[in-house]
Amino acid sequence: MADALQMAAARAASLGALAASLGTRVPGVSSASVEKGELVVRASRDSLLPLMAALRDGPGFKFEQLMDLCGVDFPERAERFEVVYNLLSVSLNQRCRVIVTTSESVPVPSVHHLWSAATWWERECYDLFGVLFSGQPDLRRILTDYGFEGHPLRKDFPLTGYVEVRYDPDRRAVVYEPVKLTQDFRNFDFVSPWEGMMTLPGDEKAHETRQGLSYLDQSPAGRGTAPKGSVSR
Amino acid sequence: MSDIVLREDIPDTMLPDGAAGGRRLHTIEIDSHSLNFGPQHPSAHGVLRLVLEMDGEVVARAVPHIGLLHRGTEKLIEYKTYMKALPYFDRLDYVSPMCEEQAFALATEKLLGIEIPDRAKWIRTMFAEITRILNHLLNITSFGLDCGALTPALWGYEEREKLLEFYEAASGARFHANYFRPGGVARDLPLGLTDRIAAWAEEFPRFIDDLEAMLTGNRIWKQRTVGIGVFTSEQALDWGFSGPCLRASGVPWDLRRSQPYDMYDQVSFAVPVARNGDCYDRYLVRVAEMRESVKIIVQCLQKMPAGPVRIQDNKISPPSRREMKRSMEALIHHFKLFTEGYHVPPGSTYIAVESPKGEFGVYLVADGSNRPYRCKIRPTGFSHLQAIDELSRRHMLADTVAIIGSLDLVFGEIDR
Repeated sequence: MADALQMAAARAASLGALAASLGTRVPGVSSASVEKGELVVRASRDSLLPLMAALRDGPGFKFEQLMDLCGVDFPERAERFEVVYNLLSVSLNQRCRVIVTTSESVPVPSVHHLWSAATWWERECYDLFGVLFSGQPDLRRILTDYGFEGHPLRKDFPLTGYVEVRYDPDRRAVVYEPVKLTQDFRNFDFVSPWEGMMTLPGDEKAHETRQGLSYLDQSPAGRGTAPKGSVSR
Repeated sequence: MSDIVLREDIPDTMLPDGAAGGRRLHTIEIDSHSLNFGPQHPSAHGVLRLVLEMDGEVVARAVPHIGLLHRGTEKLIEYKTYMKALPYFDRLDYVSPMCEEQAFALATEKLLGIEIPDRAKWIRTMFAEITRILNHLLNITSFGLDCGALTPALWGYEEREKLLEFYEAASGARFHANYFRPGGVARDLPLGLTDRIAAWAEEFPRFIDDLEAMLTGNRIWKQRTVGIGVFTSEQALDWGFSGPCLRASGVPWDLRRSQPYDMYDQVSFAVPVARNGDCYDRYLVRVAEMRESVKIIVQCLQKMPAGPVRIQDNKISPPSRREMKRSMEALIHHFKLFTEGYHVPPGSTYIAVESPKGEFGVYLVADGSNRPYRCKIRPTGFSHLQAIDELSRRHMLADTVAIIGSLDLVFGEIDR
């Protein structure tokens, strides 16, 4: 147990040292910090390649493996996508997360010549988010269907998708059709389940007190006539 | 294009008509052609479609087409509460379900900032190792089947069945366990289960001996695997290999040892490493790992303390049924937990566990609501499969089958 604690302490200390040297020594790093015990480096898109080359080969870094590359979509931001690289150093026993941002149209430089493993991860990110990677010779879709349209992990892509597929016994072929739902898709609002409650029958008075007078103004026919079970917010 | 030169020592009677006369230089041109391997092929291990460009019987290029089992797990998880997201992990790598659950449970616990009880950690460590043996049993035996050895598969399934009974006893399900939850495990082990596991751990090494007697020294097995699909340690690191595939290439790297989670820092075990990086070494590493797993299971049984198996905070783990019958507060907690779930504070984390196949990671982004904002699943086989072009280049077609078997691919996790 003491060994494990010492090991963890040593790792944490060297992590802080790594963050400090990244923030000062390597150009193009906008911030390097230790968040929840993990080294997070935010960088600009243009300086990604020199940064990644330094992280892989530079003295004191040696991140030999690109374990994961993924996108995260924040539609409300100006540059909506984060591209997250999770690096692993086998020789130093450290992990590092590099984050760059981009939009739908601006490509991120590809790192496939630094780590061969990057090709499929970049294809996946392109497929699911539509992030473009410049210099990637094989930017095809990978997980979705042949001839798929859209990028399913974007927040504005509906969960149900647009097309559904079935086997048509008459035409003896697999056919694509627009999605038909037998029941409307229900997206529950969990944020305020009690305030979002409708007025219960017989409980109109309590509801008024809770909602204040504005409830009366909005109700066109006055108090007590709001249809039972209707949502009045 | 390939040139086939007829050799001088072939008797005239065996040559095609008219060839015997001027037998000095005969060249025959064979067109390279492409071959569709899968998606309906028993040794494609699921739904792999491999387009092979053949040069005679030699593979010139292998292009995998994946995604035939894509179910949009990551998208679905974004619309579920944390508790409802967990069962999706059983369905990723359906051969080693509990290890995948562990990654998600650890990631959620880290973001919640909670520490689970010791007994829960021991149970998790033990079942993660049971899962490892389950996975390796299936991989080794089906790998043997790919190369023509039928008996190990028949024996292995019987042995797997015993382990699946442990799964069933603990979680109620043989495969899709949904047992490791953020905050601990779903329920305590039933009475007598530890004794049954101990009895099994006693006799299982003998089964490994039998299995090895069938394969390890087998001449046909070695001819099919030794020197096939060789990867150096540099190549393995470059292609993002992990787990047994990386250790077979000579990199001594095991997350259970180097970045321990749950109770792995409390147990002693060896990390088997091989040197040649071929299919045979990947097999040997897995066999040795099974023996180490048994040792870990025995240690877990010895060291497991009594006590709670879930965190006692009812905002995160449900109250007991007994409490719910008596206490209104417990009932409300139960209701809120299974409808709204718990809210996870904003933040992001990347947690990797040593699943039987290698590094299985979860990159979890929380926005403070009760649903993950983004849950990226880092499948293990994805990187391994990507390297198949490099691994099988200039190998015979039949060797590609051996390579696929040795990589331990499961499409539930690759396609997600």
